[in-house]
Amino acid sequence: MASQENGTSASADWPGRYHHIDQVLNTPGPRTDPGFLAGDGVKDFLRNQAKILVIGAGGLGCEILANLALTGFKDIHVIDMDTIDISNLNRQFLFRQKDVGYPKATVAAEFIMKRVPGVKVTPYFGKIQDKDDEYYMQFNLVICGLDSVEARRWMNATLVNLVDPENPDSLKPMIDGGTEGFKGQARVILPTITSCYECSLDMFNKPTAFPICTIANTPRLPEHCIEWASVLEWPRVHGEKKMDTDDPEHIGWLYKIASARAAEFNIEGVTWSLTQGVVKNIIPAIASTNAVIAAACCNEAFKIATSSAAFLDNYFMLIGTDGVYSYTFTHKKRDDCPVCGGEALEMTISPEMTVEELIETLTEKQDIQIKKPSLSTSAPTKQIYLQAPPQLEKATRPNLEKKVKEFVQEGGEITVTASTLPFNLSLRISYSTPA
Amino acid sequence: MIKIWSMKKNEDAASKKKPKTSAAQIRVQKDLTELDLPSTMQTHFPDPADLLNFTLTITPDEGMYKGGAFTFSFAINTNYPHDPPKVKCTQTIYHPNVDLEGNVCLNILREDWKPVLNLNSVMVGLQYLFLEPNADDPLNKEAALEMSKNRDQFLNNVRNSMRGGNIKGVQYDSVIVR
Repeated sequence: MASQENGTSASADWPGRYHHIDQVLNTPGPRTDPGFLAGDGVKDFLRNQAKILVIGAGGLGCEILANLALTGFKDIHVIDMDTIDISNLNRQFLFRQKDVGYPKATVAAEFIMKRVPGVKVTPYFGKIQDKDDEYYMQFNLVICGLDSVEARRWMNATLVNLVDPENPDSLKPMIDGGTEGFKGQARVILPTITSCYECSLDMFNKPTAFPICTIANTPRLPEHCIEWASVLEWPRVHGEKKMDTDDPEHIGWLYKIASARAAEFNIEGVTWSLTQGVVKNIIPAIASTNAVIAAACCNEAFKIATSSAAFLDNYFMLIGTDGVYSYTFTHKKRDDCPVCGGEALEMTISPEMTVEELIETLTEKQDIQIKKPSLSTSAPTKQIYLQAPPQLEKATRPNLEKKVKEFVQEGGEITVTASTLPFNLSLRISYSTPA
Repeated sequence: MIKIWSMKKNEDAASKKKPKTSAAQIRVQKDLTELDLPSTMQTHFPDPADLLNFTLTITPDEGMYKGGAFTFSFAINTNYPHDPPKVKCTQTIYHPNVDLEGNVCLNILREDWKPVLNLNSVMVGLQYLFLEPNADDPLNKEAALEMSKNRDQFLNNVRNSMRGGNIKGVQYDSVIVR
């Protein structure tokens, strides 16, 4: 049963290796999914076919990688753009002091492969944005252990966009974990089917921001002094020069300025590490919270990959700040979500049709009831016609005369927004062949 | 592997395929084309193809700043609307809530920003600052102090600064509409 192509010896699967996990896979339980087929098939899928992508090899990522490898996933890929910092070592247990400065993805992959025989971990040291749709298409599942809203939004939008109505394999479940101190969340996103990351964007707290007037006039906290240095003094002194929060010299400058400010107002507590924490928006990471959340994510990955038990629908939150409290609920999909909501429409038009004629056609369409639509194309983003503000209307007005064909190719898309639409409409354009 | 596709087949929206335009881009297009601005506010796009960087000029038609034209730069990043737009006054003006570097003290630009707010709310908020300057949240302390202590002198200073005058050693930009 051992996978030969993993490049490891067949002896990797010793007798009894999966004894415990096989209890779950050998027989269905009372609440198992009806589609579950116990036995060798599901084991073969999990161990020899399933390909899983882990985004992030940090606090959550290390836990996730270890859990997946030990549950029996054998083809794991991991992406991380960071290198190992000494401060990671307390919880990112795949790294040792000698690894400081090396890429997290590579070191984590090597560690797992050494420790868990027969598992292949393929690292990529770089950004998720470096990879294209073809790359993401190869996976069955994606697990994210990220620390930024921006990266999650990108990953979410990419997986939602990947869904091709003609191709079942294009639908990749995304399991997203996140922690912040004693709090955490795990969620399962089935792109285009369940609520996506973007649907829930308005429930998240913004990173703490202090009123700028407090920073400028009445600082009371060391954080106020640090923000004063980074938000007001840096641009005043350095002008256009961008602050690099990874540059020790820059942090040093901010620390110096913030300390002077703190002394002036008799505020205690400005330190180098607090300065770095505030400007990089570092949230204290707690190893055990990471462990809880990573475990929840990996159990979901296992259940989704094997159908051996019902999976999370769809949002689990853990609040450990005031005892242990957790809540699981179905986050509702938003019709007006800019990523997974909105309407999509296929339109076949004459290659001779002008932009103005297209707009007329749209406004006459009974079923969508658009008034004053604005049109743009993507990749690269270009405005075709905007109804407002006046300057942009004027700038795009000459396009009304032009043919739609000049802006979109066969099969290309137009994004339509209008005040009467909850969010937007995307038009997929095909051209009728001229007689 | 769970049969997700069968779940999808049951959905009405089975034929959905979304464009690659970033959520931020779509949202900005929507915000901009639905701006509902009074004649006292005007946007200007140095590069009409770039919706993420533009200026807003406010020409108050009442209040102590009447007769001036105040310009703010807007810079929107790809994490909009999670992140608020970055707004700065491009002129040196005498205003309790705007400092000499152009930083603006408006709660919805920082601590009270929410993704449900939009560019229209920010612009209306900015205009409000010119109708009702707020001495309790000062960024220009001198101006705020003057405003609460000696209102007549403050009004004088506002008029003087708008003509490009010098107040307590600070040279202000002339913002009078010709």
